Amino acid sequence: MKAEPMIKPAPRVRLRPGVLLHYLILTLISVIMILPFVWMLSTSLKEPSDIFVFPPQWIPSPIRWENYSEVLQAIPFGRFYFNSVYIAALVTIGTVLFASLSGYAFGRIPFVGRNLVFLILLSTMMIPHEATSIPMFLFMRDLGFINTHFPLIVVPIFGAGGVFGVFVMRQFFLTLPKELEEAAMIDGCSRFGIYWRIMLPLAGPAISTLTIFTFLTCWNEFYDPLIFVNSRELMTIPLGLSLFTDEAGTSWHLLMSASVMATLPLLIIFFFAQKQFMEGVAMTGLKD
Amino acid sequence: MSVKRRGGSRNPLARDANLTGWLFISPMVLGFTCFLLLPMGMAFYMGFTDWPLLGDSSFAGFDNYKNLMDDDIFWKALGNTVYFSAGLVPLNIALALMLALLLTRSLPFMGLFRTAIFTPVITSLIVWSIVWKYMLATDSGFINQILQMFGIQGPTWLYNPDLAMPAVIVTSVLKNVGLNMVLFIAALQQVPAHLYEAAKLDGAGRTRTFFQVTLPMITPTVFLTVIMTVIGSLKVFGQIYVMTQGGPSNSTKVLVYYIWETAFKLFDLGYASAAATILFCIILAFTLIQWQLRKRWVFHES
Repeated sequence: MKAEPMIKPAPRVRLRPGVLLHYLILTLISVIMILPFVWMLSTSLKEPSDIFVFPPQWIPSPIRWENYSEVLQAIPFGRFYFNSVYIAALVTIGTVLFASLSGYAFGRIPFVGRNLVFLILLSTMMIPHEATSIPMFLFMRDLGFINTHFPLIVVPIFGAGGVFGVFVMRQFFLTLPKELEEAAMIDGCSRFGIYWRIMLPLAGPAISTLTIFTFLTCWNEFYDPLIFVNSRELMTIPLGLSLFTDEAGTSWHLLMSASVMATLPLLIIFFFAQKQFMEGVAMTGLKD
Repeated sequence: MSVKRRGGSRNPLARDANLTGWLFISPMVLGFTCFLLLPMGMAFYMGFTDWPLLGDSSFAGFDNYKNLMDDDIFWKALGNTVYFSAGLVPLNIALALMLALLLTRSLPFMGLFRTAIFTPVITSLIVWSIVWKYMLATDSGFINQILQMFGIQGPTWLYNPDLAMPAVIVTSVLKNVGLNMVLFIAALQQVPAHLYEAAKLDGAGRTRTFFQVTLPMITPTVFLTVIMTVIGSLKVFGQIYVMTQGGPSNSTKVLVYYIWETAFKLFDLGYASAAATILFCIILAFTLIQWQLRKRWVFHES
């Protein structure tokens, strides 16, 4: 009779019909959202013949790990990964660097023409890059950059994503107190010194949000790689996967293995940094 | 003294500010001029030319636009884009709003549900589309297997001109509803608690509280989210490319797919640029509406 497990202290939620319905709806929708991932994982370990088995098999038997090695033989998946990671990393670094530099100037330095340039900058954000991609293609072709990573790295840094970054960084720098700069100026710190040594370290939260937003956008980008890159070893994950879809046809077990490999790492990172991810992605709410 | 003062208004610090300011923004300004402004101007110009991939281009006046007006496939693509938007936006907004309302009640496990519903948002659109293409497959697809359990012979989904677009719409809603949900949750959490208390004191029921308190308070967010979702839906491409390739019989050929195909499959760059300019104008119209709304609400709030 030490503790009565049946009587918990302060049972806050009673299962009234309303609450029950509440959970029922949420569970149903969550299951619909998660089911594709479970089905993907399940199929990725199936024998080709088990895919058509009826009723659907949740836990494959036998488990066929070879699907993964078969995919890795069919397409240079490691290469896709490397390309995606380093392109997204460079785009993110470039965006944070240039966007914070301009954002700082727009927010803190009173220079002539500041408001006008900022207004022009903001209005370019709405230009859909599907519309600019045709001239961009010709431009890159004339410079000899077709089938290289150059357009995939440079275009997003200075495109709508970069402009958006400027906006975000400016809004952040506007909130910092003036005294910080004045003190540094009296100490003889240069403008760049103030930006680099005082402002940038303070901008941690804004930078981390911008980093996640930029990295995710770039990681999932499909249209630009489709246009600018055509040799296999230069492809990013989304493009490589879509190509593999054409090749594998209805070899769903292989397609799902490839999809698992493409999804899992980011999914794991997401589960550990959910808050930052939601903030970063919800920033799209400010965009457009 | 006064002479000195006059000179002082152009003091070295202000001049310094001009120089450093422009230096700081120069990489970005140079970049967005080269990679956004000039290409947009160029796209606009190319719309008035006959521009093949190789060989010389020639000025064509309004020919491209005239031809577009007579192009059945262009109208079909425009219609399909409207169909996609008209299907996706209400579904997405209604579902996101409902989920946000359900998730802002303080009950256990709400964080878990929120994570589950948000997961597709961070997943690559291409992966999501591939998986759903598989889920919707005629013989081995999960959906049809479930239907078969109930003795129903499932349709051919993505190979049926009447069902392909609805299938793509639902897939797209599921992919992105979590994003709008998170935006709505943020808006709901900013509704001051004392308004709810006042409503309660006045004896307002839950429905009445929603329509009289909650909805008016989050209307700005809802409207801006609607327009953002509309703009996003006008640019739909990835899921179409993976799931249907615009088919069957052009039933899912949307505007961006049409532009991409015309430019990079048929290499009719001038014609594609004209279509792209039309896309730009449509998006411009929605952006202007959004700016007007935002201006009004920012004013209203302050």
